[in-house]
Amino acid sequence: MSDDLYDDYILDHYESPYHRGHLEQPTIAHEDDNPLCGDRVHLELLVDEHDRIKEAWFDGHGCAISQASASILMKDIEGKTLDELRDFQAKQMLDLLKVRLTAARQKCGLLSFKVLKTMVYTLDERKGAMSPTQGGRG
Amino acid sequence: MSNAGLDSAYDVAAVRQDFPILDKPLPGGMPLVYLDNGATVQKPRSVIEKLVECYENYNANVHRGIHSLGDQVTTELEAAREKVRALLGADEVEEILFTSGTTMSINLVANAWGRKFLRAGDELLLNEMEHHANLVPWQQIAHERGAKLRFIPLTADGRLDLTALDDVLTDRTKLVAVTAMSNVLGTINPIGEIAARAHARGALVLVDAAQSVPHGLVNVNDPRVDFFAFSGHKVYGPTGIGVLYGRRKILEAMDPFLCGGNMIRRVRKESSDFAELPSKFEAGTIPIAQAIGLGAAIDYVQGLGFEAIAAHEHQLTARAFDQLQQIPGLQIVGPGLAHRGSIVSFTVEGVHPHDMAELLDRKGVAVRAGHHCTMPLHEWLGVTATTRASFALYNTHAEIDALCEAIQYARQVFRRK
Ligand SMILES: Cc1ncc(COP(=O)(O)O)c(C=O)c1O
Repeated sequence: MSDDLYDDYILDHYESPYHRGHLEQPTIAHEDDNPLCGDRVHLELLVDEHDRIKEAWFDGHGCAISQASASILMKDIEGKTLDELRDFQAKQMLDLLKVRLTAARQKCGLLSFKVLKTMVYTLDERKGAMSPTQGGRG
Repeated sequence: MSNAGLDSAYDVAAVRQDFPILDKPLPGGMPLVYLDNGATVQKPRSVIEKLVECYENYNANVHRGIHSLGDQVTTELEAAREKVRALLGADEVEEILFTSGTTMSINLVANAWGRKFLRAGDELLLNEMEHHANLVPWQQIAHERGAKLRFIPLTADGRLDLTALDDVLTDRTKLVAVTAMSNVLGTINPIGEIAARAHARGALVLVDAAQSVPHGLVNVNDPRVDFFAFSGHKVYGPTGIGVLYGRRKILEAMDPFLCGGNMIRRVRKESSDFAELPSKFEAGTIPIAQAIGLGAAIDYVQGLGFEAIAAHEHQLTARAFDQLQQIPGLQIVGPGLAHRGSIVSFTVEGVHPHDMAELLDRKGVAVRAGHHCTMPLHEWLGVTATTRASFALYNTHAEIDALCEAIQYARQVFRRK
């Protein structure tokens, strides 16, 4: 854990983000913002038939923390299953960033995490709707 | 910090001694460079001591106790009201209403005047540089009354475009609500011309003076306006106190906003008669000590003189303007020096305002980052956020230099050449 918010890891992701852009046909897309700061993150996922994240892309604007954390998250979740993402905790997200965030900046660091979680739940809902007897989230 | 070789009408180093917080080091041991004065200013000892004096010597409710403390506190409160009247050049002390701040002052007018006098099809004239406090209350009441909001366009450099005023100021315009000084662009608006043209159309004029009062733009009769709102905490007074000036005739025609104690003359079971001005609009226990503290703040700024304060702040703004423009990738928003007060907001290529503010803080420099309660203005600017440095009577030229050095540091952290 670095105490310097602006260490190379964050700045590298901010300047040369992983998968900033859009998918042709995402399985799901969602976005959110921090109204107070104006940080905005838009995520798109391509999920294969085994519920595995094939590709993850993001777009948005805002401070280095909000944008770098989205980039770091995209890189981390590719190859993971929806089951794994359902268990993914905020604490793990903050650990991924490798820097200690003040309470005020955690909102920035967790914005993309929040969007991801919403997408996972939405996918669960969709499934639940398709096979109601199964009862939704596994 | 000294004012090295630069003339000021007062001794800034001595003035800084009046503000206890200014020489207290930050938790990290660094000196404080406080450039967030647009949000709130620091308080001189005389204001802090006035609050203590009030609570230690004559704390009681006002206009109520038939006892010595009640008398004393009422005398002090009314003396503060008279100081506000004199400051604003108002005709009558009853036209000075104590509120909790600019926000409440404007909400009072929107509700108490708007609900009674706005009709479907009436128009309110605003503009995109207004603080949310001078926008959202109007949206709400316009929606309720079926009135329409119109907007004076802005010029490319962030001033009100008065050449287009006649397109939006019509016989249907009932009120023009305008800031005397933008809290982001720093723009000082020509209230005199706007008020004259609005009055010629039969519209009332409300001035949001939250930012202008600390710099001496304070008069309600020159130019003549109808409502005038400001906050104590931005003019070296306590938080929790604000002022609404309103012309007597209009205030008398309005119904009360908040209802309860103090604002009544006679209460029956089914209906009530209301008190005379100003009590009619001061329901409940008002912020008494804070109002008295505001009186002390007015004494303080008048002791230095608004002309001297404005001259000093102008020097600081000119220096900031000059030095900031030399920083690569830095873009100041808003008009040139001739049209602005002591606020400079900017963006720096490659460094988001929140990152900028965080990095400036590491150097002890306190600024504000974000949309500064002006989302429509930032939409107009085409950015989601800016960094704002705002200067007060106690800031020094060395602090402007510290700001610029800290910005350069932030650029280095973000690996900008
Ligand atoms: C132009 C302007 N209007 C209104 C306000 C609101 O003032 P307050 O929060 O004291 O009510 C502010 C303060 O930020 C301001 O700058």
